[in-house]
Amino acid sequence: MGLKTFERGIHPSYYKELTASMRVEKGLHPKTVIIPLGQHAGTPCEPLVKKGDIVEEGQKIGDVKAFVSAPVHASISGKVKDVDFYQTPVGMKALSVVIEGDSSVKEWTGTADLAALSPEAIREAVREAGIVGMGGAAFPTSVKLAPPKGRAIDTVLLNGCECEPFLSSDHRVMAEEPDKVIWGLRALMKAVGAQNGIVGVEDNKPDALEAVKRAAGADSAIKICVLETKYPQGAEKMLIKAALGRKVPLGKLPLDAGVVVNNVGTAVAVFEALNYKKPLIERVVTVSGDGIMEPKNLKVRLGVTFEEVIAQCGGLKDASKEVEVLNGGPMMGIAQTTIAVPVVKGTSGITVLSQDAAAALKYNPCIRCARCVEACPMGLMPYKLGDQGRTGMINEFKEWGGFACIECGCCSYVCPARRPLVQWIRVGKAKSRREEKLAVKAG
Amino acid sequence: MTITGLIIVSAVSMGGLGAVLAVFLAFADKKFKVTEDPRIEAVLGILPNTNCGGCGYPGCRMLAEAIANGNAPANTCVAGGNDVAKKLAALMGVEAKDHKRMLAVVLCKGGGKEAGKRAQYTGDRTCTAANLTGGDKSCTYGCLGYGECVDACKFDAMAMNANSLPVVFYDKCVGCGACARACPRDIIEMHPEEHRLFVYCRNKDKGAASRKVCDVACIACGLCVKDCSVLGGIALKDNLATVNYALAPQSDESTKRCPTKCIFSGIEDQMTKSRFEAAEPQRAGRKAV
Repeated sequence: MGLKTFERGIHPSYYKELTASMRVEKGLHPKTVIIPLGQHAGTPCEPLVKKGDIVEEGQKIGDVKAFVSAPVHASISGKVKDVDFYQTPVGMKALSVVIEGDSSVKEWTGTADLAALSPEAIREAVREAGIVGMGGAAFPTSVKLAPPKGRAIDTVLLNGCECEPFLSSDHRVMAEEPDKVIWGLRALMKAVGAQNGIVGVEDNKPDALEAVKRAAGADSAIKICVLETKYPQGAEKMLIKAALGRKVPLGKLPLDAGVVVNNVGTAVAVFEALNYKKPLIERVVTVSGDGIMEPKNLKVRLGVTFEEVIAQCGGLKDASKEVEVLNGGPMMGIAQTTIAVPVVKGTSGITVLSQDAAAALKYNPCIRCARCVEACPMGLMPYKLGDQGRTGMINEFKEWGGFACIECGCCSYVCPARRPLVQWIRVGKAKSRREEKLAVKAG
Repeated sequence: MTITGLIIVSAVSMGGLGAVLAVFLAFADKKFKVTEDPRIEAVLGILPNTNCGGCGYPGCRMLAEAIANGNAPANTCVAGGNDVAKKLAALMGVEAKDHKRMLAVVLCKGGGKEAGKRAQYTGDRTCTAANLTGGDKSCTYGCLGYGECVDACKFDAMAMNANSLPVVFYDKCVGCGACARACPRDIIEMHPEEHRLFVYCRNKDKGAASRKVCDVACIACGLCVKDCSVLGGIALKDNLATVNYALAPQSDESTKRCPTKCIFSGIEDQMTKSRFEAAEPQRAGRKAV
């Protein structure tokens, strides 16, 4: 053994074999797309188009002046059919642009010389291309590339762990486009002035490891770091601990530890933005789970509905039965209430679980075994936070570090009483935010 | 030492120790005595002691301290109403100001029959948890029906009816606002009791979309706006008819032509606990799910 890793965590069943060896297929060109204007963490965009406008593939359709934000682009050419509130896969309704497409498809080609690009130019191009973290959290990449003055960044860490069960989109990206990944990493290193680049990959993806190693070649600035297969290895703070041995202080960002972490998919998007001048308009989505007919890795346009994507994978195994559809994997994914929601920048996978696999189990009283405490990678006390969140003890919830929770779900997974701990913690966060909102309203 | 000697020695030493400590305690009681305003206890005796939080203080004790110190007016307690306000004013020797009674109004009529569900929700059975997923209800603005407001009510003034909608008993409601704070979708609003005209819908979708998800949704047709005798009494805001209480007459003149009957005058037929118990005996005092 002796592989690098972090403390605590869990070893769930991964089910990666369903899609891990399948090449990324190109999804069908969609007829209509729904593009939410708030696909990232931060300020949502304001629409730049109105109903009836003709838009071109890659045209900017939403932007806002705020710093923590990323513009959105039309993923297909066509006519704007509607600008209204639509359901998004992250729960809430958001202002979205609906585009009815024609069949024209744009070719994106070109090359760029990295040596000739200034850090500012890279940052600007990344922002203009609307690139956000593609691992799921969708934090605007341009913000990560602009650290506050006096903060030296020495390392760019590429996250190729993909610890979430079922998902294999990052795995395939590394195995099939390793040169783009490494080029993107070099661009990111240049943008923040970092000397070291590390690609962190779990040891359950030997072909991806081999591919990125070959692509990196003899470059001494870039290291490939093999990590133990453990959940949540791909969580930013866990990854930094495992690969660099550094600890990000509670409530601080990775840049306080001198690191910028990006997903491998983001690196490819950076490559395409700089070389092809192509904004973020498509992404690789793993469609998997025991409820789906043909699990696949699909490269689809942003804004295509889950319904269409599922249909392209042979549909459901048993259409007469209810299934659980998740935006993401089974550990952190958000259950969907309708499949008429669009694929967004943060959708790394669509997991369809049959009713047997997703069965809601009756939960029992806490027996104080502390297995959740042993599993929590953040070193929190989930049993306590869960109860505080459930009962609305907001002050205590904050005091005990409720907002440090990364919602990885290890606690719910290990709980022998099957208590939905991470769900209650999310409830606690929602209640705290609501309390704050009401306090502001009351003055 | 004999056994008798042992008994005597231990009795004397224990007794002596007890005496010394008793003297110390008696001294400490005098020396470190905290004098508390006796009015705090008196005020607390008058307050309802339900700790509902409607006044904005963390609990009745804190409000009692504030009233006793003169930091809060005597009519601050919302749950107590006029009676408590008068008693406290008399106790504090101030002029009794009238307590304005507030009532909770549930602004959604789309229960299980009218709005229906779009998915089966198997998670934690609370509204906040269900709302995190976007909600299993077809209407994304409507009542989720898991009864978090009923749980929050400390005055036995709410229950869920058979149609999965919360009902407020107006003989019991004290206007503390706990239900309004608990509702993650802001469906419950607090209103002075003279308000009568309400739009019982929160759906901000366009007419066609809201009609699709609920039979009794406001479709923003604007008929009530036209029929209102005072200009600006009712206005359309975010695809929703909104009453301007400073202007609009509270009669039913503007509600007659509403195609979905989502606007009407009168707070839900003045429901009381006894009427609810007579109509739905099995549900009184219980959550819906």
